[in-house]
Amino acid sequence: MSKRTAVKHADSTRREVQPDQGGHFGPFGGCFAPETLMRPLEELEEAYFQARSDPEFQAQFDFLLHCYAGRPTPLYHAARLTQHLGGADIYLKREDMLHTGAHKINNCLGQALLARRMGKRRLIAETGAGQHGVATATVAALLGFECVIYMGEEDMSRQRLNVFRMRLLGAKVTPVTAGSRTLKEAISETMRDWVTNVDSTYYILGSVLGPHPYPLIVREFQRMIGVEAREQILKAEGRLPDLLIACVGGGSNAIGLFHEFLEDESVRMVGVEAGGRGTELGEHAARFHGGTPGVLHGTYSYILQDEMGQISTTHSISAGLDYAAVGPEHAMLFDTHRAEYTRRTDAEALDACHLLSRLEGVIPALETSHAIAEVIRRAPGAEGQLFIVNLSGRGDKDMEILQRELKL
Amino acid sequence: MSIRIAECWKRLQSRNDKALIAFLMAGDPDLAATVKIVVALAEAGADIVELGIPFSEPIADGPVIQRSGERALRAGAYLPAILDVVREIRRESQVPLILFSYLNPVLRYGFERFAADAVSSGADGALITDLSVEEAGPYVEQMRRSGLDTVFLAAPTSTDERLKRVVSLSTGFVYAISRMGVTGAREQLSSAVAPLVQRLRRFTSLPIAAGFGISRPEHFAELAPIVDGVIVGSAFVHCLEQHPENPAPHVADFAKWLRQGFATEPDPSGTGTAATQSNR
Repeated sequence: MSKRTAVKHADSTRREVQPDQGGHFGPFGGCFAPETLMRPLEELEEAYFQARSDPEFQAQFDFLLHCYAGRPTPLYHAARLTQHLGGADIYLKREDMLHTGAHKINNCLGQALLARRMGKRRLIAETGAGQHGVATATVAALLGFECVIYMGEEDMSRQRLNVFRMRLLGAKVTPVTAGSRTLKEAISETMRDWVTNVDSTYYILGSVLGPHPYPLIVREFQRMIGVEAREQILKAEGRLPDLLIACVGGGSNAIGLFHEFLEDESVRMVGVEAGGRGTELGEHAARFHGGTPGVLHGTYSYILQDEMGQISTTHSISAGLDYAAVGPEHAMLFDTHRAEYTRRTDAEALDACHLLSRLEGVIPALETSHAIAEVIRRAPGAEGQLFIVNLSGRGDKDMEILQRELKL
Repeated sequence: MSIRIAECWKRLQSRNDKALIAFLMAGDPDLAATVKIVVALAEAGADIVELGIPFSEPIADGPVIQRSGERALRAGAYLPAILDVVREIRRESQVPLILFSYLNPVLRYGFERFAADAVSSGADGALITDLSVEEAGPYVEQMRRSGLDTVFLAAPTSTDERLKRVVSLSTGFVYAISRMGVTGAREQLSSAVAPLVQRLRRFTSLPIAAGFGISRPEHFAELAPIVDGVIVGSAFVHCLEQHPENPAPHVADFAKWLRQGFATEPDPSGTGTAATQSNR
């Protein structure tokens, strides 16, 4: 909860916002963990910084991103959506075209390489929608790790296809039956496994959450989204975008897109949280609308909690946004007004999913559909503006829910 | 060091004895029962009692304490009500009381208010499981101002550098985590505890208590030569779960049974199979 944030000069023209040594983004972030995990977290930080300055590690990572995951992803001008909404020019950053169908694979490849470097032989991860679990199971198969995925029972039933995919890839999927049986309980259970098996095991956290150094590591393994998008839009349009839009669960796809643009003052950015089915506590997962600062799963950030500091249950139609805390860097961007955070409901997300599918032949994940819903509100009347939306994942995993809800 | 905890160690030292430190979840099975259980425990030979404040995301706890926390939350065991329990206990017992919590309920309550209300209710200190020494500054400052002890955890994985920071912020005693993993009773002691205690002794003259996985008199016998106190949590909480109707006498009997271990020669095999109690 320190107030320091270092601003590092990477070169003479571009500055990067970096957390301080303790992993604080302004007052947020930090490292709130039981002492048993503190040394393992220090070791992770040391291994990460060594890897980051090792050209061979970077080369391996870049090679797998390119040849295995399918980077760079296209920046696609959504002409029919643009025409339909009648305003801003809309570009989609097609992370859905990556292997396994979402941006999650970027981070998993980076962290699995780190795990191999650290001599670990077992990967564990939590998953909500199953995308991070599938990505972790995939890299475990690719690099020959044993793999255990923790998933809330509720999420297992609404994302059955992904559960099967993980098992097909050789991972063990362990149901978590505590509390609301969703992502927050899955994270708690993964932390318990990690503290018990820390010698052999690497915990691949899936979002810009958790104790330092995870929010930093995950951001750095997702930032190529924004690096590519910035080059691509400059090439396509000869100028920077006016607005970036991304959905925010923990916030890794949003940080991945936003980070490279933080010093471009003309570029506005909006993160879209899950508005769920109502504004009461427990009906949504909009941490910036009804949340207050607190500590959950190792980091100080905005969280949904009751007046006694107990963590609230959350609701979203999209399992990947259904979580009570948000990444600490987002909390800083919110407090400093560098980014804006809004929320879209379950119903708006479903409509947006349907619209994008029909107009562009692109079926977005329900998480991503929240970002599309925001575009639908903002694009009309915004003539001459350029929007980039992070199309963070594809909707294949959501077919059962879409079938039930859309009744086509 | 707070007066009650300092006097406790002095008394134990004078009779060359070790501390039995019992952990219970406040509000399991209900708040009124907690008062009775703590009083009975103190009479049965618990030297210090740790009162757990339940939290919805107990990341460091195994299934026994997780379930206990869920029962306690259903019984309305929030921090203000638990401070009332402490006041009630103080009418009947002067046993040293440590509030044992995850950070967020305390953070939400406010460090300043927590320290002030904890001391006025009669608590002697606190331990915040997920508050690392790196982040503990503002909390320790408020606790010192109220004269409350701050117990911190030391782990087998802690480097010497970390242990120095842990002992520098600890008062009352240091909690040596005897094994990696979550809370929960185990059959055998971990071999990690003795080296950790030895390393801690190099950096502090504070009393050292070992906890995590300890549940039998044989464990007590084995630990007594090297530590100043032994902490038992899940095994007591298991008692609460087995006897929800009238837990106090069962918990007290269990404390007496455990305490016998201090008077026993350690089993050289270290496997702890000499004595058994089927109903714990």
